[in-house]
Amino acid sequence: MNFTRRQILLLLPAAAAAWEFVKAGTPDQAPSYNMDEHWWGMLLDISKCIGCGSCVRACATENDVPEGYFRTWVEDYHREDWHIETPAVSSPDGGKNGFPESNLTGGQNFFVPKLCNHCVDSPCTQVCPVGATYHTNDGVVLVDYEYCLGCRYCIQACPYGCRFFHPQKHTADKCTLCYHRISKGLTTACCENCPTGARQLADLKNPKDPIHEFLKTHTVQVLKPHLATGSKMFYNGLDGSVR
Amino acid sequence: MEGFMYPNEVELQWSVLIVLYPFLTGLVAGAFILASLERVFRVEEVKPTYRLALLTALAFLIVAPLPLQLHLGHPERSLEMYLTPHRASAMAMFGFVYLWYLMAVLLLEIWLDYRRDIVVMAQSSTGLKKLLYRVLSLGSDNISEGALRVDDRVGWIITLIGIPSAFMLHGYVGFIFGSVKANPWWSTPLMPVVFLFSAMVSGIALVLLMYMVTSRLRRVAIDMRCLDTIAKYLFYTFVIDFTLEMLDLIHRIYEADESFRSLDFMVHTRLFLSQIVLQIFLGTLAPLALLALTQLMKFPETVRKRMYALAATLTIIGIFAMRWNVVIGGQLFSKSFLGYTTYKLEFVTREGLLPAIVLMILPFFILYALIKILPPWQGESVNAAAAESD
Amino acid sequence: MSSRFRDSAHLIRVAVVLLVGAVAFLALRAAVIPKSFGQFGPYRGKALLEMEARPVKYAGHEVCEGCHPDVAETKSKGVHAHVNCETCHGAQAKHADDPATVKPTLPDVAKLCVRCHSENIAKPSGFPQVNANEHSGGQVCNTCHQPHSPGFDAGGKK
Repeated sequence: MNFTRRQILLLLPAAAAAWEFVKAGTPDQAPSYNMDEHWWGMLLDISKCIGCGSCVRACATENDVPEGYFRTWVEDYHREDWHIETPAVSSPDGGKNGFPESNLTGGQNFFVPKLCNHCVDSPCTQVCPVGATYHTNDGVVLVDYEYCLGCRYCIQACPYGCRFFHPQKHTADKCTLCYHRISKGLTTACCENCPTGARQLADLKNPKDPIHEFLKTHTVQVLKPHLATGSKMFYNGLDGSVR
Repeated sequence: MEGFMYPNEVELQWSVLIVLYPFLTGLVAGAFILASLERVFRVEEVKPTYRLALLTALAFLIVAPLPLQLHLGHPERSLEMYLTPHRASAMAMFGFVYLWYLMAVLLLEIWLDYRRDIVVMAQSSTGLKKLLYRVLSLGSDNISEGALRVDDRVGWIITLIGIPSAFMLHGYVGFIFGSVKANPWWSTPLMPVVFLFSAMVSGIALVLLMYMVTSRLRRVAIDMRCLDTIAKYLFYTFVIDFTLEMLDLIHRIYEADESFRSLDFMVHTRLFLSQIVLQIFLGTLAPLALLALTQLMKFPETVRKRMYALAATLTIIGIFAMRWNVVIGGQLFSKSFLGYTTYKLEFVTREGLLPAIVLMILPFFILYALIKILPPWQGESVNAAAAESD
Repeated sequence: MSSRFRDSAHLIRVAVVLLVGAVAFLALRAAVIPKSFGQFGPYRGKALLEMEARPVKYAGHEVCEGCHPDVAETKSKGVHAHVNCETCHGAQAKHADDPATVKPTLPDVAKLCVRCHSENIAKPSGFPQVNANEHSGGQVCNTCHQPHSPGFDAGGKK
């Protein structure tokens, strides 16, 4: 029983049709995946994250992320008792190889996976002088590597530290929400490889997406809500000490 | 690195070249405002420095984009800022403010003020020089009384427009930083105003020094009435600048928001030399004290000259330190407020100390060339040229 | 009147220079701005399509399960039911594309299992975590555990 990948992809019609055009080198003529039918976000469940770093490794592999830079990373938090303003945080190599066995005892301890928040009112797209970083109609913030000047204003403007300067491309770079995957009906590399389901891609425009039920039955937070960035990365169980 | 930083934050994004950029544009704005004091506000005393101030502004304005070009990841794409500017971006709009200021204000004002001299020199020189001056005159040789009156009137209007344009030139640079809500060291409505006044201070101090140096080199007596007036304006502007910076500081300390503890620690450790020692003590309090003394007490001419020169030099160093503290300081602390990094300033790299030094010296070479082509000292070379052609 | 005009004539030259500059600028814009700019928004439209066309490296568990239904069956009954294949086996789109020629390499078990299952106070308390050395005395994990269904209750014991 030898199915080729092509045959499997026929199960995903839009992806299959698009794939033919991509292979032919004429992606712009593919019957696109319709941007206007989707509004992407993600659910990050702190109660499930085990800090294994699979997401960080998967993202690096899928997107050729250079060593020492991170499109996604995991932070280890230790909140001592009621000291909510002074947690002890670490992220050794972004959590790429997991975390060492900790010798901290007591307090509240947890992992926080982070990535680009794909903000609705992103400060990064606001400051780009040339339109090299932009919002798509389906709510993803992307960088145009052929157009970016490398002025790094967007990197300064991001409150979450999710952008970096690509050492070879000499442009800004960041998480693309695996746009090349989600536009083909796949999930992001990080969500695909998360062993506990702590990361789940969500299509907020799809009424059948499980996130809607989740949002009704759980309390969720976003990072730095006071900055009103319109973040679409929703955290379940995010402690108040998280920066 | 100390404490915790988001993994992508450890490396600084904006280097010493980005420190240099607001410093240079600040000098432009400041020198221009001093020049406009004479033209618009009829402060006769500073007339000896009018043309020198304009040429200084031009020399620095020409060099100002260079640190940016060196910094860009793709300088060959920099034209995109003019082709597809993103209107929401302060940086994009600044490209047009710069262009407007250069073309419609500075170049036009210099041209109108020098036009008579240009035409005279076009008529009296030969060869390549003649061609240069003919091109500069745009082919017109009308220097009648009527034409010169028109020049004066239009020049006055341009200077008038030029003052808010100069304000915008440097206020915009302040806004580029002040509008970044992600960075509490930068994000304050005071930023454009602080930048503007510190720019004026540095520009006035520069013209003061340039006037003293060029007078010495030309072996010409310094007009003390002029120098005293410039020093007076430097003092007043500095008082306003100092007040604004103190307001920012006191406000931060009093409100003590979530960023305060981290920023306070950063200032007392990593920024101690550049902020406390260089910017505040040597760069602000010392020159303010020197200038205040000269305003309150009568000192003999030689002593005053030395005090002014020292005050102006310290001021310029202090304003450079201020730019350093804003740009570099804003990147030394983590946006998690839990950690700090260090700035590794190298010497011979694209964004290192050597290019920064070269770029700081370059305007003086350009100024020298400008002084040769467009001598600021009225009457001297023009009369000599006129005498030659007789 | 005519002398007034004559005396302002040089200003017209300036205006002409600025006008020529403006026209040149507009011509440059028309020539140089990428054609797809503004297609979807204030950015180069082709960039979006370039982004969509990037190669996929992880095939996704549905693709794996298509060819390996037996493993999928075993896994679905155990505690690793929701651990996707490529989490342990690495990116396998190339293998899925050409299963005969491109073979996946076996994961390094000693490092792999420990990354998820080593003890750490920050891990959720219900999650199975062990001190690797104490737990197995140095033996590699798959000596006792079947990775596709590692729990002993589900019959995973080797």
